[in-house]
Amino acid sequence: MSSIAVIDYGMGNLRSVAKALEHVDDRARVHITHEPEQVRRADRVVFPGQGAIRDCMAELQRLELDAVVLEAARNKPFLGICMGMQALLEHSEENGGVDALGLFSGRVRHFRDGFAAAGIAPPGKVPHMGWNTVYQDVPHPIWNGIADASHFYFVHSYFVELLPDQLTIGRCDYGVPFTAAIARDNIVATQFHPEKSQRVGLELLANFTRWDGEPGGHV
Amino acid sequence: MPAAASGLCRRIIPCLDVDRGRVVKGVRFVDIRDAGDPVEIARRYDAAGADEITFLDITASSDERDTMVHVVEAVAGEVFIPLTVGGGIRKPADVRRMLNAGADKVGINTAAIHDPDFVRESAERFGSQCLVVAIDAKRVSAADEPARWEVFTHGGRRGTGLDAVEWAARMADYGAGEILLTSMDRDGTREGFDLALTRAVVDAVPIPVIASGGVGTLDHLVDGVLEGGADAVLAASIFHFGTYSVAEAKAHMAARGVPVRRMLPEVET
Repeated sequence: MSSIAVIDYGMGNLRSVAKALEHVDDRARVHITHEPEQVRRADRVVFPGQGAIRDCMAELQRLELDAVVLEAARNKPFLGICMGMQALLEHSEENGGVDALGLFSGRVRHFRDGFAAAGIAPPGKVPHMGWNTVYQDVPHPIWNGIADASHFYFVHSYFVELLPDQLTIGRCDYGVPFTAAIARDNIVATQFHPEKSQRVGLELLANFTRWDGEPGGHV
Repeated sequence: MPAAASGLCRRIIPCLDVDRGRVVKGVRFVDIRDAGDPVEIARRYDAAGADEITFLDITASSDERDTMVHVVEAVAGEVFIPLTVGGGIRKPADVRRMLNAGADKVGINTAAIHDPDFVRESAERFGSQCLVVAIDAKRVSAADEPARWEVFTHGGRRGTGLDAVEWAARMADYGAGEILLTSMDRDGTREGFDLALTRAVVDAVPIPVIASGGVGTLDHLVDGVLEGGADAVLAASIFHFGTYSVAEAKAHMAARGVPVRRMLPEVET
């Protein structure tokens, strides 16, 4: 039996994530928590998030969870979701520019503003909301049993540019290609919401609950 | 606005009216045990390929509004697609309660008209992505005039004096993440969406628009997307009464060139 900590820092719909994890692994103990000790004790950590990056970072710091998140991201299977992925980057252009957790180098840009500044026509409506195709650019245990080019559910206005060195394991396209999933070592993170992506999303979460934390490892 | 960018699917959204915790207007599925149970109906729609589900709480008594929170909790525990809840959302605390219960979005209708800043404040607090502003519009121009639609409340009985297209643009400006646009002229008629209204609003706002009101055939769904320009189509009775399944609707839309989410992707071996 494994324990999964879903980090609660007041940003977003944690109940759905927790319910989905319980749904795919009925033996897992899932804790929605902001207690650093409970996060440290957990076998796996899920770092969700919605809303504005500035508020996310401020809440993480206020609850003294930023160091806890970074620690978890060093040593156990770790899943960031949506804002929980963007917050892993160094910096986001949201809210006039916010420094984030800095685990990955790369830019977080707004779909509309970023393109307007570059003189490119907006690629579509913002937020990017709905089901879009995810291409599995790099094999990873998290994709087990999920067909390439499956549809996942997205809701976001900012996006992570494609990352070098095969860090982008899942790619999506919304006028411009962007990072739908990141992985490195024991960390995996998705821009889409697996907990809202029906069967394929539940499959991905099930893979996570079984994953040993090795990029080429087993689920 | 540009056409939807490549890859993004147009969504099919069944809508369920809920009164005191029970689905009303009768949902007819073969073999359904309890046609009023929101959880079971939501599961059926989920399995059939619905891309989202919208619940409209039509409970008249505010004393019984808590019931809807329990409905959302129960559904969110079993159905893992986006859920929207509208009806009776009047203050930020209502938004928070529904989001905490497991809703992904809330629909705001009358409260936005009474207090537009409610939308702005909620967008700042909870994010635009979870705010759907619902607009009930009725054509008020004469046949020989340029088309004009007014926002109505109370099921289309009470006019507000607001121009529906301008109102949609204003709500987008205030931070709405999506517009749920219902034609009160077409609602319940099965004559198809008001495509001119849909197109006018789609062209006026930079956010997704859900077309609603009047669906009677699968071609109506296609028309809402291809002619109206809607990002999503919402329907109630054609699905509830079993006239068509969501899966049939998707197959029809796909055949006519509308990108829709595939239900059962083949698993790589």
